[in-house]
Amino acid sequence: MTAIPESMARPRSRFWRKLRANPSAILGGLLVAFFVLVALAAPLLPVPGPAETDWLAVRKPPSAAHLFGTDEIGRDVLSRMIWGAQASLLAGVVSVLIAVVLGVPLGVISGYRRGWTDAAISRFTEALLAAPFLILAIALAAFLGPSLRNAMIAIGLAAMPVFIRIARAQTMSVMTEDYVESARAIGLRHLPLITRYILPNIFPPILVQATLTIATAIIAEASLSFLGLGQQPPAPSWGSMLNTAKNFLEQAPWMAMWPGIGIFLVVLGFNLLGDGLRDALDPRDI
Amino acid sequence: MTEPKPILRTHGLRREFVTAKPLFGAAQVVRAVDGVDLEIAEGETFAIVGESGCGKSTLARLLVRLIAPTGGEVWYGGTNIADLDEGAMRALRRELQFIFQDPFSSLNPRMSVGALIEEPLGAHGIGTSQERKARVAELLTRVGLRPDHADRYPHEFSGGQRQRIGIARALASGPKVVIGDEPVSALDVSIQAQVVNILEDLKEEFGLTLVIIAHDLAVIRHMADRVAVMYLGEIVETGTADALFARPRHPYTEALLAAIPIARTGARRASAHIEGDLPNPIAPPSGCRFHTRCRYATEICRTDHPRLTGSGAGQVACHHSDTLALTGLADADTDRPAAAKARFALYRDAQARKAKETTEP
Repeated sequence: MTAIPESMARPRSRFWRKLRANPSAILGGLLVAFFVLVALAAPLLPVPGPAETDWLAVRKPPSAAHLFGTDEIGRDVLSRMIWGAQASLLAGVVSVLIAVVLGVPLGVISGYRRGWTDAAISRFTEALLAAPFLILAIALAAFLGPSLRNAMIAIGLAAMPVFIRIARAQTMSVMTEDYVESARAIGLRHLPLITRYILPNIFPPILVQATLTIATAIIAEASLSFLGLGQQPPAPSWGSMLNTAKNFLEQAPWMAMWPGIGIFLVVLGFNLLGDGLRDALDPRDI
Repeated sequence: MTEPKPILRTHGLRREFVTAKPLFGAAQVVRAVDGVDLEIAEGETFAIVGESGCGKSTLARLLVRLIAPTGGEVWYGGTNIADLDEGAMRALRRELQFIFQDPFSSLNPRMSVGALIEEPLGAHGIGTSQERKARVAELLTRVGLRPDHADRYPHEFSGGQRQRIGIARALASGPKVVIGDEPVSALDVSIQAQVVNILEDLKEEFGLTLVIIAHDLAVIRHMADRVAVMYLGEIVETGTADALFARPRHPYTEALLAAIPIARTGARRASAHIEGDLPNPIAPPSGCRFHTRCRYATEICRTDHPRLTGSGAGQVACHHSDTLALTGLADADTDRPAAAKARFALYRDAQARKAKETTEP
C-alpha cells in the first residue's frame, strides 16, 4: 500500500516546521546525529584499534598521543569510546525495534479484537510489567547467556510491554473514530483496515515512545555490559568500559569519565529528540 | 400507489445497550431500538425522523448491520442480514452503503481523496486499476468536485465538499440502498440544500433506494417519499411525506411539525408543543411512551401501550388517532398573499421553461 507514506506528506511539513522551531529538539537531534556519525565512521577515524594494547602506556592520563588517555592494559580510550558507540547505539536501536515489532502487533490485535484475546494479551503484558524493566532485562539476559545479541533480545523483550500497552490504547481510541466505522461500512477486510486505518493513525505516539525507549535501552545495555551480560571483552562497549574503570577510579578517573559522559550525552540527545517529536506530533496545538 | 416490493424490511428489530453491569443483579440496559417493523420500497426515499436520542442512528446502523441487532430480523431482498456470517455480510456491503453524519471525522485523515473513493472498489474487487481511477474521476465530477482533487487530502476541503467525498465513496461500489445518517445536519444551512440536491440527483441517476435519518423535518420535507417518525426506540407514525406533513395523526408528529419555523410574514411562530427532554430510555414511561409530554394524554395512555396499526400507506401508534384533529403544515401556497402567489407562479413558469430548454436543445 503506497498511499500511507504519500498521505503523510502534508501533515509532515507542519511537523518539520514545529520540530525546527524547538531548540531543545534540535540539540537532541544534533547529539544523536553526532554519535550516529561517529559510530558509522569508526573504521575511518585516525585512532588505534580498540583492542590494540600498548604496554608502555598503561593507565596514562589524556595526552597528545592518547586524547582520552589509556586504560589498564594500554588501550586507547578514545578509540574504545568510538567503537563502543557502535555497540551502544546498535543495542539501543535494535532492542527498540524488537520491542516495536513484537509489541505493536500484539497491542493492535488486543485492542482490535477485544474479548478474550485482549484479556489474554493484557494479562501477559501485566505479568511482564510486574517486574521492573532492568531486573527483567537482567534476568532474561542471564537466561539467554552473555553476548551483545542476547542483551539486545533481552532488552527488547523487557521494553515490549510498554509498546503493547500504547498500541492497544491507541487502537481502542482510533476504533471509536467514524472513519473506522466507514471502513467497515464499505466492506473492508480486517487486514487492510488495520494497515490503512489503524497503523497510520497510531504511529505518532509509538514513534515518540520508541525514541525515548532508545535512551532507556542504551542505559540498559550499559548496565548489562557493566554486569558482564552484554558486549563481551575485548570488544568495547561503554558499559563494559565503566565496569573495568570502577576498579581504577582513583588511579585513572578518565577511564570512567569518558564512557559516563558518552552515555549521558546520547541519552540526553534521544530524550530531547523524543520530547521534541512528541510536541511536534501533538495535534492539539497547530 | 401500487404496492412496490420492499427492498429492505425489518421485523421486530431490537437493539439493547448495556449501560451498567453490577457484579450482582441484572444489568441496566437501554432499549435504543425496541421492536421496529419497517418496509422500505425499492426506489423510494424513506426518511426516519425523531429527536436526538430516540434511537434513529442506532436503527440506521442496524439496517446495514454496522451494529448487530439484539433481536429481530432485517431482510434485504430475500436475505436476513441479521444472521448472515461475516464474509457474506462483507460481500453484501457492496449493495448497502452508508453516509455518515460528520464529514470531518468519517474520512481517514491519512488517505487521499482518490484512495478513499477507490477503496470500496478495491475491497470488492471491482475493475482494473485503470478502470477504478477512471471511476474515481467520474464520481468526483458527479458530486461537483474536480478529478484532480483525487490527490488531495480530506483536511484540505470544506465540510460540504467532504460530505460530497463521503457520498462519492458510498456510491463507488454501485450500491442499491444508501442509508444516510443525518447526512446534512453537520453542515451549514446554506450548504445543506446543495448536498440534498446532489443526493436527489444521484438517487435518480443510479436508481438508488435512499434511507435518510434526520431530526430536522424541513430537510426531508421535499426529499422523502415516505416518512417514519420515531420516539424512544419505537416507530409512532409512518405515512407518505405529503400526508404526514399535511395531516399528522400522532401528537408527537404534530409537535415536530409545529417546531418547523416558517419564513413568511404573518406566519405562525415555531412553537414548542412539547416540553422537557426525552424521558430516560433506561426506564421508559408506562403505556404510551409519549404520554409524559403529550397534551392530549388521557388515562388509557398512561396504562396501555398503543400498537402501530394501519395499512402500509399510513400507520400510527396512538389511542386517540381517530378522534384527534391535529394540525399539520398546510401547503405553503394556500395562505400566501395574492401578490406573492403571482410571483411564485411566475418563478415556477420560468423554472419550467428553463428545464424544457435544457432537455430539448
